Amino acid sequence: MTDTFNGAPHTAPIQSATFSNPVNAEIRRAAATGIYDIRGGGAKRKLPHFDDLLFLGASMSRYPLEGYREKCETSVSLGTRFAKNPIELDIPVTIAGMSFGALSGPAKEALGRGATLAGTSTTTGDGGMTNEERGHSKKLVYQYLPSRYGMNPDDLRRADAIEIVVGQGAKPGGGGMLLGQKISDRVAEMRNLPKGIDQRSACRHPDWTGPDDLEIKILELREITGWKVPIYIKVGGARPYFDTTLAVKAGADVVVLDGMQGGTAATQDVFIENVGQPILACIREAVRALQDLGMHREVQLVVSGGIRTGADVAKAMAMGADAVAIGTAALIALGDNDPKWEAEYNALGTTAGAYDDWHEGRDPAGITTQDPELMKRFDPIEGGRRLNNYLKVMTLEAQTIARACGKNHLHNLEPEDLCALTLEAAAMAKIPLAGTDWYPGKPGTSY
Amino acid sequence: MQTLDLADIELREMNATLHAQAETTNQTAWEIVNPKGAHAIACGIDAPIEVTVKGSTGYYCAGMNKQATINIKGSAGPGVAENMMSGKVIIDGDASQYAGATGHGGLLVIKGNASSRCGISMKGIDIVVHGNIGHMSAFMAQSGNLVVCGDAGDALGDSLYEARLFVRGSVKSLGADCVEKEMRPEHLELLAELLEQAEADAKPEEFKRYGSARELYTFKIDNAY
Ligand SMILES: Cc1cc2nc3c(=O)[nH]c(=O)nc-3n(C[C@H](O)[C@H](O)[C@H](O)COP(=O)(O)O)c2cc1C
Repeated sequence: MTDTFNGAPHTAPIQSATFSNPVNAEIRRAAATGIYDIRGGGAKRKLPHFDDLLFLGASMSRYPLEGYREKCETSVSLGTRFAKNPIELDIPVTIAGMSFGALSGPAKEALGRGATLAGTSTTTGDGGMTNEERGHSKKLVYQYLPSRYGMNPDDLRRADAIEIVVGQGAKPGGGGMLLGQKISDRVAEMRNLPKGIDQRSACRHPDWTGPDDLEIKILELREITGWKVPIYIKVGGARPYFDTTLAVKAGADVVVLDGMQGGTAATQDVFIENVGQPILACIREAVRALQDLGMHREVQLVVSGGIRTGADVAKAMAMGADAVAIGTAALIALGDNDPKWEAEYNALGTTAGAYDDWHEGRDPAGITTQDPELMKRFDPIEGGRRLNNYLKVMTLEAQTIARACGKNHLHNLEPEDLCALTLEAAAMAKIPLAGTDWYPGKPGTSY
Repeated sequence: MQTLDLADIELREMNATLHAQAETTNQTAWEIVNPKGAHAIACGIDAPIEVTVKGSTGYYCAGMNKQATINIKGSAGPGVAENMMSGKVIIDGDASQYAGATGHGGLLVIKGNASSRCGISMKGIDIVVHGNIGHMSAFMAQSGNLVVCGDAGDALGDSLYEARLFVRGSVKSLGADCVEKEMRPEHLELLAELLEQAEADAKPEEFKRYGSARELYTFKIDNAY
C-alpha cells in the first residue's frame, strides 16, 4: 500500500476496529439466513486470563526446591466434608463433564482411559453414563443435569461422585441443544426421545428452584446413595461470591466453578461471547466466600475455563483453587482440531484450530460425532495414551513452578507467589500489579 | 408388617433399612409412621416391597423408586416419585409441585389434586390424577402418559415431545406446540387400562387427548455456518 493513489496523496483505507471484517461477515450471514450462529467451544475473544499473571519465583527471602529431585506433591482429596468416600486423586487436573452425544462413545472411553492412567477423575455429561466410560474410568463423576437424560438410580450408585450442574461458564443461565444429526439410535434411546430430532436440554432443574430446595435435593441424593459419595455443585462464572456461598449452604462437598472461556458442545455464539465472567475474575471471589464461611479447603474448589498448561494450573491453585478441570484442552490432546485433517476442515469451510461446529456431527477427527465412519478414525487407546501424556506434562509443569516458589505441594502455592501484568488482571485476581504492592480495590487504599 | 417409626429413628436408618431389602426378601410389607412431612422418605428403594406411609410427606418421597409399591396415606410434598423407574406410588391426598418429574417408568396415582408442573420432563412414567392439575404440567414431557380426571391449568404440555396427555375436564390453556389430537381406539384402550389400574371412576370416552404438534422438533439451522 502506498501513500498515493493515481499519483495524488491519499489517505490509506482503514478497516474499522468496530466493524471489522469478521463482524461484517457475521452481519451479512445473519442478513442472509435469519438465524443466529450456534457453535461449540468457549469464548474466542481475548479476555483477561492466567497469561496476565506471572510467578515471582524464589529469591533472597524464599528458597526454592531442587527441580527434579525434591518432593513436590500433587495429590488432592475432593469431597471431604460429608461423603464417606471422598475422591482421592494423584493430580489436581480433572476431566470436565462432556456429554455422550456431543462426544462419541470411543472419545468418552479415551477420556476415561487417559484420566485413569494419570490418576485423576473424569465426568459424564448430558445424556447419561455410558458403559465405555464407566468401565474405563477408575473415578467417574456422574452429572445430575436439568435434562435428566438417562438419569437413573443404578448409575447414580455406580458413580464415585455426583455433580449437580446448575450452570456452565460458556452459558450461565442457558440450556443445551443437541441437533438431530447427532441423535443416533443409541443417543435417542438413552435420552428417551425419537431419533433425529433436535434435543433441547433444559436450563433449569425440573424439580427444585432455589438453594433451599437444592439443599433438600442433595439430602435425597445422599439418601439414595447412602451418604457415600461426594456431591459437587457446578456453577458458571456469574456471581461467584454468592453462588459459592449458596452452594456451600445447600450442602455441597465440592464447588466446581467454570469461567466464561469454558467450552460447550453447542450454544449460541452470542451467549458464549457475552454472558459470564472470565475465570480470572471468579476464583478469588469464590475463595473469599469459602474463607468467610470458614470452609476454604473444607469444601474444595475446582475451577475451569480455558486451562491449557501447568502454569495455568499452578496459577489457579495459587489463587486458592484445590483442583482444576479441563474440557477443550483434553479434546485437543485427543486430536480435535489437529492440522493433519486440514484438507477436511477446509472442505467444511473452516481451518484446523477454528473448527467449532461440533454440533453438526461431521468432525473430521471423529471425536465430536456419532457418525460410525468418522468415529472409526479415532482410536480410544491411542487417545487415552495421548491424554495421559498431556496430563503428565501439565503436572510436571505445575511442579516445576511450585518448586521454584519453594513449595513442596501444589496446594502450598499462594497469592503472594504471583504478580499481575495488567491493571485489569490485578483488579480481577486481586494480585499486585508487577513492580508494585498494589492492586485496584486493595483494602486500605483509596482507589 | 414391619413398622418404622420416624419418632424413634432417623431418616437415614429408615431408608437404609428399606434399601437393605433385596429382590428375594420375605419382609414385603412395611409401614412408616410419624412421617410428619419429612423429606426424602422411602427414596431410592429397589425391591418389590410394599410401603405404607401413615401421614403426609415432605419433598421427594419415593424418589427414583424401582419396583416398590408406596402408598402415602396423606398428601405429598414437591417432587413425589421424581425420576421413578418402575413400581407404583399412590397418594391418597394431594400432591405438590413437580409430581412424577422426569419419571422413567412405573405408575403414579394421585387421588386428590396435583399442583403445578405435574409430570414435568416425564420420560416414560404413567401418571393418573383423580382431581385437577396446576399450570405448566407436562412441560417438555418426553414420553409416558398423563391422565387427568379433572381440569388442567395454564400452559399444559408446553414444549411437549412424545408424551400423551388425556384430560377429562377443561384445559385453561395449552402450552407452546401442544395441540388437541384425535382419540383413536388404541388410545381409548390404553386409557381404560390406566384408569382401571388407578381405580379412577371415569370413562375413557369422556377424555380429550393432547399431544405435540412437533413443530419445535427441528431447530431451523440449515442455513447457519
Ligand atoms: C464438547 C463439550 C461438551 C460439554 N458438555 C458438558 C456437559 O454435558 N455438562 C457440563 O456441565 N459441561 C459440559 N461442558 C463444559 C465442560 O464441563 C467444562 O465446563 C469446560 O469445558 C471447561 O472449560 P475448557 O473447555 O476451557 O477447559 C462441555 C464442554 C465441551 C467442550
